[in-house]
Amino acid sequence: MSPAGRPQVSLRQVEKVFTPPGRKGASVQALGPLDLELFNGEFFAVVGPSGCGKTTLLELVAGLSVATSGDVEFEGRPIAGKILQGVGVVFQEDASFPWLTVTDNIGFGLGKLRLSAEERRDRVESALAMMGLTAFAHSYPAQLSGGMRQRVCIARTLVMQPRLILLDEPFGALDQQTRLLMGDELLNLWRKTGATVFLITHALDEAAMLADRIGVMSARPGCIIDVVETGWPKDRDSRIVQEDRFGTITARLWRSLRAESMRAIGYQGVKA
Amino acid sequence: MKTSSLDRLRNGLVLLLVLTGLWQVLYWCVGDVALRSPLETFGYTAYLLGSARFWPNLVETAQAFGLALVISVVMGLAIGFTLGLSRIANAVFEPVLVSSYAIPKITLYPILLLMFGLGMSAKVAFGVIHGVIPIALFTTDAVRHIRPVFLKTGRTMGLSPLEMAWRILLPAAMPEIFAGLRVGFSLTLIGTLLGEMFASQRGIGYLLMNAIGLHNVDLIMSLTFMLTLFAGAASVILLAINRRMQQRT
Repeated sequence: MSPAGRPQVSLRQVEKVFTPPGRKGASVQALGPLDLELFNGEFFAVVGPSGCGKTTLLELVAGLSVATSGDVEFEGRPIAGKILQGVGVVFQEDASFPWLTVTDNIGFGLGKLRLSAEERRDRVESALAMMGLTAFAHSYPAQLSGGMRQRVCIARTLVMQPRLILLDEPFGALDQQTRLLMGDELLNLWRKTGATVFLITHALDEAAMLADRIGVMSARPGCIIDVVETGWPKDRDSRIVQEDRFGTITARLWRSLRAESMRAIGYQGVKA
Repeated sequence: MKTSSLDRLRNGLVLLLVLTGLWQVLYWCVGDVALRSPLETFGYTAYLLGSARFWPNLVETAQAFGLALVISVVMGLAIGFTLGLSRIANAVFEPVLVSSYAIPKITLYPILLLMFGLGMSAKVAFGVIHGVIPIALFTTDAVRHIRPVFLKTGRTMGLSPLEMAWRILLPAAMPEIFAGLRVGFSLTLIGTLLGEMFASQRGIGYLLMNAIGLHNVDLIMSLTFMLTLFAGAASVILLAINRRMQQRT
């Protein structure tokens, strides 16, 4: 997919510097200067070495953090630390609320949307069905597996019908097989909802399988050093991992990342 | 009834039988001077429950304890949430709170008596100073250890600070807060009874103190038995609720 038109999300010359409390110790430049544009309906993944600022980047777009300099915009509106409507976030950690049932977890944010009771029920039921959780509607998260809890969190974001879904390594804690299957589910949801997906991941194969475009980040301070277009058809699933092109994409990502990853961990054993 | 519930019931009954047996043995060893047998105590308790002088005193204690518990819970939660959410308040006041927990509260009795005089306010105050600190300390700890991802989720859902407190902070911290409430419940009861023993002319604590003065062993045993039964039953119920909450996390 070749992006065209006005970007849904744009980051221009964005930098993020962390200053320790009380200004004791050195400041750390986590990001930038970084430029990035996301377009309506695309699936964009970001890969990068550990500590390169991937999560910081996601938090800037989510409005959970403010850039030290530069502009971050969603649909033409500056984000600047505000949580804008139309943006949903799924975190790496299990964020399902243990004191609520699956149904109540999923409907948690709907109260803010001022919907009728019927509309609320419809949205929750449809999210339960979409994520295969109907049989567990009245269970508590402690009674579910890690993968199912993550599905609850995705469903909780989906019922809000966001136009932009931000995913911070959502399958990081899952085993490889479950991750592939969850990837299939995510692709399904992406097609059904038509939302833009911005996925942060450390797994090159996951990015290569899921995304239309993949941004490769440098070691800290993180910048986008390469953008790889995968060219996959929209109607794809995890079976594309057996295609030759999948290997080519993963190899290209690793070529871009290898030196950065070594820099990130201070590794000097082999030549970059 | 589930097997585990039946097991718990059987264990409870066995424990009661063992304790009653030990009580009887102790009575045989010590004799009438300081103790009464379980059977005599049950008999006197039945007589006491039928007597006119018992109920007004019970109502007095229940009122004092109820009021002290409500004040302890409200104050404890307010202090706990403030210290849990504010790093500065925590750094300044938590050491003070921890130190006050270690002070034997009985040493404050003369000051409280001067401040409140004999009667309801003094015993409520005595109950509160016993109960509020554990509730505040447990709440502080609970709020400080809420997983940051819950708060981030709340923010991405656009919750206001009040909604965040009511819908996320309170339920997320509740299992630990409840453990504090359990301790606070027992200590507030002890404080209220101590207050009645030293600073009141009505209530179960007063009756107990009076019985000690008159060496009325029947009354001492009966009141102690009822208080133990009440505190034990309340503790079992609160512990069961607490366990249920912990299972969900």
